[in-house]
Amino acid sequence: MRYISTTEAERRAMLEAIGVASMDDLLAPVPKALRDGAAIRLPDAEPEPDLMRRLKAMAAKNADSDRTPSFLGAGVYPHFQPSVVPHLALRAEFLTSYTPYQPEVAQGTLQAIFEFQTMVAALFGMEIANASMYDGSTAAAEGVLMARRVTRRDRVLVARSLHPEYRAVIETYGQRIGLDVQTIPIGPTGAVEPARLALDDRVAAVVVGHPNFFGVVEPLGEIAEAAHGAGALLVTSTPEALALALLKGPGALGADIATGEGQCFGVPASYGGPHVGLFATRERFLRQMPGRLAGETVDATGKRGYVLTLATREQHIRREAATSNICTNSGLIAMIATVYLSALGRHGLARLARQNHARAEYAKARLREKGLGLPFSGPTFNEFVVETKRPADETVRRVLDEAGIVAGLPLSRFFPDMPKGLLVCVTEQHPKADIDRLVEALAR
Amino acid sequence: MTSRMDQPGVTHLGFDEGTIFERSVEGREGASLPALDVPDADPARTIPAALLRETSAGVEGLPEVSEVDVVRHFTRLSTWNYAIDLGFYPLGSCTMKYNPKVNEEAASLPGFAQIHPYLPEDLVQGALELMWHLERQLAEITGLSRVTLQPAAGAHGELTGVLMIRAYHEAQGRPRKKVLVPDSAHGTNPASSAMAGYEVVTIKSGPRGVVEPAAVAAAMDDEVAALMLTNPNTLGLFEEHILEIGEIVKARGGLLYLDGANTNALMGVAKPGDMGVDVMQMNLHKTFSTPHGGGGPGSGAVGVSARVEPYLPVPLVAKEGDRYRFDFDRPKSIGRMKAFYGNFLTLVRAYTYICSMGADGLTEASRTAILHANYLRARLRGTYELPYDRPCMHEVVFTDKLQKSRYDVTTLDIAKRLIDYGFHPPTVYFPLVVPGALMIEPTETESLSSLDGFVDAMKKIADEAANSPDTVRKAPHSTRLKRLNETRAAREPRLTALEPAG
Amino acid sequence: MKFPADLKYTKDHEWLRREGNVAVVGITDHAQDALGDVVFVELPQVGAAVKAKGTFGVVESVKAVSDLYAPVSGTVVEVNSSLPDNPETVNKDPYGQGWMIKVEMSDPKEVDGLMSAADYETFVKES
Repeated sequence: MRYISTTEAERRAMLEAIGVASMDDLLAPVPKALRDGAAIRLPDAEPEPDLMRRLKAMAAKNADSDRTPSFLGAGVYPHFQPSVVPHLALRAEFLTSYTPYQPEVAQGTLQAIFEFQTMVAALFGMEIANASMYDGSTAAAEGVLMARRVTRRDRVLVARSLHPEYRAVIETYGQRIGLDVQTIPIGPTGAVEPARLALDDRVAAVVVGHPNFFGVVEPLGEIAEAAHGAGALLVTSTPEALALALLKGPGALGADIATGEGQCFGVPASYGGPHVGLFATRERFLRQMPGRLAGETVDATGKRGYVLTLATREQHIRREAATSNICTNSGLIAMIATVYLSALGRHGLARLARQNHARAEYAKARLREKGLGLPFSGPTFNEFVVETKRPADETVRRVLDEAGIVAGLPLSRFFPDMPKGLLVCVTEQHPKADIDRLVEALAR
Repeated sequence: MTSRMDQPGVTHLGFDEGTIFERSVEGREGASLPALDVPDADPARTIPAALLRETSAGVEGLPEVSEVDVVRHFTRLSTWNYAIDLGFYPLGSCTMKYNPKVNEEAASLPGFAQIHPYLPEDLVQGALELMWHLERQLAEITGLSRVTLQPAAGAHGELTGVLMIRAYHEAQGRPRKKVLVPDSAHGTNPASSAMAGYEVVTIKSGPRGVVEPAAVAAAMDDEVAALMLTNPNTLGLFEEHILEIGEIVKARGGLLYLDGANTNALMGVAKPGDMGVDVMQMNLHKTFSTPHGGGGPGSGAVGVSARVEPYLPVPLVAKEGDRYRFDFDRPKSIGRMKAFYGNFLTLVRAYTYICSMGADGLTEASRTAILHANYLRARLRGTYELPYDRPCMHEVVFTDKLQKSRYDVTTLDIAKRLIDYGFHPPTVYFPLVVPGALMIEPTETESLSSLDGFVDAMKKIADEAANSPDTVRKAPHSTRLKRLNETRAAREPRLTALEPAG
Repeated sequence: MKFPADLKYTKDHEWLRREGNVAVVGITDHAQDALGDVVFVELPQVGAAVKAKGTFGVVESVKAVSDLYAPVSGTVVEVNSSLPDNPETVNKDPYGQGWMIKVEMSDPKEVDGLMSAADYETFVKES
């Protein structure tokens, strides 16, 4: 076995040093009944060349975006990954290290987390951000649990326009601890109507997307005002964080807890994971925040350095009274996002966001020209709903057969009352020719 | 920028690299975007001004740097990290084994990395096939009935498990109120139980470092939903009464949860299914060699016995003939634990590892890990106090009792001094039941020479504690930074490089 | 380690100094030493009701967190508002500047149930 260096002779020498005759003597504490049934019935080791050939064949059965153009977004967005991103973020020193418990030998990871926290806080318009959560959905659920701790109230109002799988995770997290999840309807704009929020003194939080699942930008400032008027917090969820290079950060619009997904920052679609959850809030809620935090300090000689800090919020110290059970988060993916955001930079990211918006607006205009309806009138960033002529799932199948492209996500997957709704995402990865092909195919 | 090559003991270049924001120079560019081949659109024409960022100045807070700046900056940061590819990393309960390169090759195949989770199922048959096989491999290794691959990390798997336990009891009539957790458990166990709405009752470990059946019997009643047991436990000891303890829990209708953080001791050695386990999370980033990336991503697959199967999260992968599909039609399911289907590329790596190792290799891995831990136990006995000196499994716990009482040198000092000898420190001050614990998990992938090198370093440190204690107390000496002031970090938190408001 | 003779003590390592019907409360020298550098103190509002053996706040060091338990029942009439910004005072002067709350006692007889300095010193040495 090539990953194990210990030879037979060395095994014998070690057993002798331990003072036992055989491995069986060392395994004596394991009841014999257990040892007898422990044999693993799987094939023996597969040589690397055979295994890689088989894995490549398995991977070839999947329609990767290099071969099959796709307009799918809905929580996972097609963006270009600059070459520097994997070359730096996947360096072995970052890839094969553990959580930075010993700061003197983990300054690389710790400083990068500090830079990540800075960038997330800047994008979200917040004072502080944590070292990451698992993904956007669990970040949203943790945001809701935090709002419950802060307000000591048990009801949350979740917009119908929130990503349906994020909502499902909020329900799973909350179902056993008495969280009462209510739905906020949406209006003709595809967004929440602030005047119609069912707010009272039982509501801990209002939860909305920014932009929402339909791609629509919610009237966040007015929602925040209404929520605060009832003593509730505004929790936002941003699955496409690139939008925040065009829109104001939710913190600047009155959100109290801003969560999101950082996959758009140079992370491959990866069939849904691993991605990276973003979590930012106000400084006054610091001690209610879940997750790891890197902080700046000095060493014994006064030189600047970084450590994990404020750990008394966490499970390894506070155990059942911790703010969350989270331990491992998504450090490596946060590293990818940090390198990506550095490479794109202050102006590059803003230009990229503007370009995404322009391409989506072009697609919308072309679809309108062709007589296709856009059911929601609210403003959008790089994603929008178009009404197909036939049921959307049929249309996706037809366009795939005729044009070889994946046209988008049929909303009927989550919203049976919108059978003709198709969610389409357009980014810098979609040249004009591809957009035109999509429009022609949908118009047929 | 100063290089510090003149300083003795510096093992690599010690660049003083500021933050990326300090490299920022107005007008520098690192972005390369496609030409806009559609008409530009002014966002102000469609989006209300109140919602638009003032972007003429770009995104405030992000740096202005060139690609060269980015490369230099992150490459320099990387040189400040210890990593398993650099050397021995014996962090107890973290299973820092070698992360095979073929895993990374597999995870970077476009057919795995570049696929969208909402592609129609017939366009992702290879991905579903891999998940289907991995589920069966993990079920076979653990002797459990089915496995969800959805949880993103060990603690996330624990929460999934406890929520399923709660759903199981609710289906029997009532959720019950308590979860029993031994005092040697990871903090995630009580934290996960609390998140699922349970009161946590702590069980004291017995004098032999394991949970005694009598202690469980005394705490067990009809309000106990489950016992969460770590096996081997965090002292590296096999919970030798597990069969009897399982019977006690089951006799009162409770379920047995196994914290699988330490599965690296169990492959081909003992199957949790045979121990009577109902629910168990497996940390694929530990036992199954997927890289930990400086703090994730992990994967916390959860295996269950037949009676807990109906409550698994949705979806599961089903196979019909030679076609694979997602099964969402599971009415008793606890629901979703995260969006999509789990950390898929981590699953690809774990699958690659299991195939690379095979049944023979996995068994050899666990047996070798156990041999290595016992070898360290034998070689360091007498030099450091061993609170439980009998055969251990894949990890062994020493303490600083001898050094602290005689020379006022503590576990923290010993850990920091190990850095000077080129080793990553073990897990320290955990488990909490052993004061001054040094928890050492060597794993199977270390060679005898690296184990011997570690033993030599530990013995030298014990000598130094006696003869030049300040050398140990002030360690590390060889790193770019000396000990960090954690008190200052917590008293005056500075968590971003942004200027404080107002 | 100091155990001032004029104070009363609890098994949870709080001290109490009686000033008429008001009890001044803090944590002991032993407690601050066991915690290490205190980085955060959370205290109740003036006017809050506290119950003997009930929690009234939290004290944190870098690696530990501890609930604070009231030695007696009553109403909080003053809190040491300088502590949140200067938590190190708890380490430097636990029996003086590091006091935490003043409680108007509802049942002053509760003080009789607390340990004397000598008893507390013995308790600390035996535990």
